[in-house]
Amino acid sequence: MYAQLVETGSSKLKTLDEMSPEERQFQERINDEIKIEPKNWMPDAYRKTLIRQISQHAHSEIVGMLPEGNWLTRAPTLKRKLQLMAKIQDEAGHGLYLYSAMETLGADRDEEIDKLHDGRAKYSSIFNYPTLNWADMGTVGWLVDGAAIVNQVPLQRTSYGPYSRAMIRVCKEESFHQRQGYQILLTMMQEGTDDQKAMVQDSINRMWWPALMMFGPSDDNSPNSAQSMAWKIKRHSNDELRQRFLDQTVPQLELLGCTAPDPDLKYNEETGHYEFGEIDWQEFFDVVKGNGPCNRERIEARRSAIDNGAWVREAAVAHAAKRQSRAA
Amino acid sequence: MHNVAQKTQTPLIAYLLRLGDSALVLGQRSAQLCGKAPALEEEMALMNVGLDLFGQARNWLTYAAELEGEGHDADHLAFRRDAQDFRNLLIVEQPNGDFADTMGRQFLFDAWHVHLLDGLTQSSDPRIAEVAAKSLKEATYHLRRSSEWVMRLGDGTEESHTRMQRALDNLWRFTGELTQFDEIDQAMFEAGIAPDPEILATRWKATVEEVLEEATLVRPSYDTWMYTGGKVGHHTEHLGFLLAEMQYLPRTYPDATVW
Repeated sequence: MYAQLVETGSSKLKTLDEMSPEERQFQERINDEIKIEPKNWMPDAYRKTLIRQISQHAHSEIVGMLPEGNWLTRAPTLKRKLQLMAKIQDEAGHGLYLYSAMETLGADRDEEIDKLHDGRAKYSSIFNYPTLNWADMGTVGWLVDGAAIVNQVPLQRTSYGPYSRAMIRVCKEESFHQRQGYQILLTMMQEGTDDQKAMVQDSINRMWWPALMMFGPSDDNSPNSAQSMAWKIKRHSNDELRQRFLDQTVPQLELLGCTAPDPDLKYNEETGHYEFGEIDWQEFFDVVKGNGPCNRERIEARRSAIDNGAWVREAAVAHAAKRQSRAA
Repeated sequence: MHNVAQKTQTPLIAYLLRLGDSALVLGQRSAQLCGKAPALEEEMALMNVGLDLFGQARNWLTYAAELEGEGHDADHLAFRRDAQDFRNLLIVEQPNGDFADTMGRQFLFDAWHVHLLDGLTQSSDPRIAEVAAKSLKEATYHLRRSSEWVMRLGDGTEESHTRMQRALDNLWRFTGELTQFDEIDQAMFEAGIAPDPEILATRWKATVEEVLEEATLVRPSYDTWMYTGGKVGHHTEHLGFLLAEMQYLPRTYPDATVW
């Protein structure tokens, strides 16, 4: 999902003729769909772009635990509690896995986490929205993980080997989360009380547009995409992926018996695609810049977890050193 | 509203509620720590322990509900009883505090839990023996992890040592419930369902002493005043708030039968 507006440091694509021999060999390897591995030569901008994208992705997994953690203590049955806890644990695992992939590029996990805490690094805009009722645990699984999967399925073929392999593993778990999320909503819509059904519709009303924004700005406003596509870090445009997500999601929305908060949403018989209304891009850029409902809370929660744990980590290091000196 | 105390409760049901409620309440404390761990690896571990405990709670409470024969399930017992009907140990309902409080609580409980579950694998009740065997594997990992943290914090830096000793001193008054036993524990032992409570107490003490010594911590006296009552439903002030949060949805929407 979870990578929006990733800077590539270049707005103009070089042709093969304009490249140095190394660059050219690198680009040809990518064109031939051969994976780039950590030991291969790569342009500095490719390395930096990947570090930004993978760290953003990892941060999203970690920050993404918070809106769900908000309901973990209030999950209404033991089964739902176990499911939600397992999902959150998977996300921590994805975060760790992605940070490891990022470290193969020479980046340092702690430094990248510092960037998250002081606002230099981004994470997906979606996690800056609050989770206000239990149905949000269904909607987050269905729409947010659903959007993530649409984004990540092509990333399984991304040009950088460790990132591609991380995505293969992550996608399997995300599909499972998405089905569980949808099941939460379906159960409430099919067997629930009027209060529960209202909860579901309210949740969809709040999450619908932010989920569509997860794919990032529209193609004509996405200056970094061309370079990312040439490097095959990114394989489809934002608008293509958004459309794919919408086409698969609307029938599921109808099956729930719910509606989208979009009066312009309709099926176009000729194109075979759903058409939708204008996204509020002002809101998107506000949230990305830090002015979403929960930006401050999310960063503060992450920062205080790490700050409050400093003495614990110091103790672990000191203890390990004592053990080692006793063994020597 | 479910009021267990008013119904005829066999010693076995009461005993199962003790097992299930302690796992449930400690699981809930772990859930409250989501997103607050000192490192990502610990985030995973905390969730792991919580998952195990909720799973165990579900197994014990399912059995208790079946024996009650009122047509209820584990969720009903977890979400529709009030504090006075909970039978968990007082130590598990204590607040998370800092990481030393959290790990100290976990360790003192795990050191008891492992020996208890080990004994329960020999239970004359096959259902209990089966659940205990599965839970023992999990609790063995919990104890290894919490022992390691008590040792790291106890024998780490000056600050961590001070915090760990303080946590231990503060939690110690709740350990009486781990070593003292009442007529229900005795009845379960005599029926061959549960292990000998005196042997359990001895083993708990041995594990605690070994780890605290390695951790360079001072063990408080066994003869000090102990705060007890959890096993008969007399709790500390903390449990009510924990349940208010945990039970909020089923209580606010009592007509909802599925979630």
